[in-house]
Amino acid sequence: MDGVAQLKKRLADYTTSLYDEGYLDDQFVQLQQLQDESNPEFVVEVVSLFFQDSQRLLSELAKALEQQSVDFRKVDAYVHQLKGSSSSIGAQRVQRACISFRNYCDDQNIEGCLKCLQQLKNEYSLMKNKLETLFKLEQQLLEAGG
Amino acid sequence: MDASSSSSSCSSSSKGMMDYGNEPHVLAVDDNIIDRKLVEKLLKNSSCKVTTAENGLRALEYLGLGDDQKNNLETMGSKVNLIITDYCMPGMTGYDLLKKVKESNAMKEVPVVIMSSENIPTRINKCLEEGAQMFMLKPLKQSDVKKLRCQLMKRS
Repeated sequence: MDGVAQLKKRLADYTTSLYDEGYLDDQFVQLQQLQDESNPEFVVEVVSLFFQDSQRLLSELAKALEQQSVDFRKVDAYVHQLKGSSSSIGAQRVQRACISFRNYCDDQNIEGCLKCLQQLKNEYSLMKNKLETLFKLEQQLLEAGG
Repeated sequence: MDASSSSSSCSSSSKGMMDYGNEPHVLAVDDNIIDRKLVEKLLKNSSCKVTTAENGLRALEYLGLGDDQKNNLETMGSKVNLIITDYCMPGMTGYDLLKKVKESNAMKEVPVVIMSSENIPTRINKCLEEGAQMFMLKPLKQSDVKKLRCQLMKRS
């Protein structure tokens, strides 16, 4: 089993990479700073909510864009929601994908929206993997006594 | 008037000014579940008691201002000491909620803070003109809420 120091370093390096590569921004730090003894699982809880809510929104978006006559206001409203929650947890790349998406909504460009949805799904998937890895590393460190 | 020293506690002459002891009761309204959880924690970390509502209608019901509720002056003085609401909500916007609160005899003295992810001056001015205490940009940070708390304490 890896020593505490090694795990600590792995976690630190991984965390740094997430910020360097733009997956996370300062708002994630804000989130971590909110966690305390009264709610030691706060970050995981918020992120889990984010995963659930995002999945719902992505599925609604796919449905909305499949319609014969696309309701762009509805599509925009869903993207606005996702933009808000990704911004609130510091999921920077997801947030940016939402911003691009909204531009295509404004133009009522279905092709563009479909491409954006795909991109959004990709960014979301990446973010989910990264955060799950982050939590796993934190858990390993805790279990090793760090 | 400067409430910017967010690191120090607001220890100015607060004795006697707060009739809610040290825990103001805040009603936080937001249709986004993540934002509700976040604002709740931010407020709790600033020693506030928090009730959340997912839309304007629920908020009004909680305040006793719902359509089917009699505007009963007997209903508890002021249930809440502050209302903080998102601007962009489906159905009733934060602005609509602000107006309803300010129009009610029972609640018009309660400060209302509007939050929004969009920095639109006309929107901000509209809210301030309608009587909003403050306009805050999302995503909220702990320092924003500390500043708000200070402002709240300084109100007589």
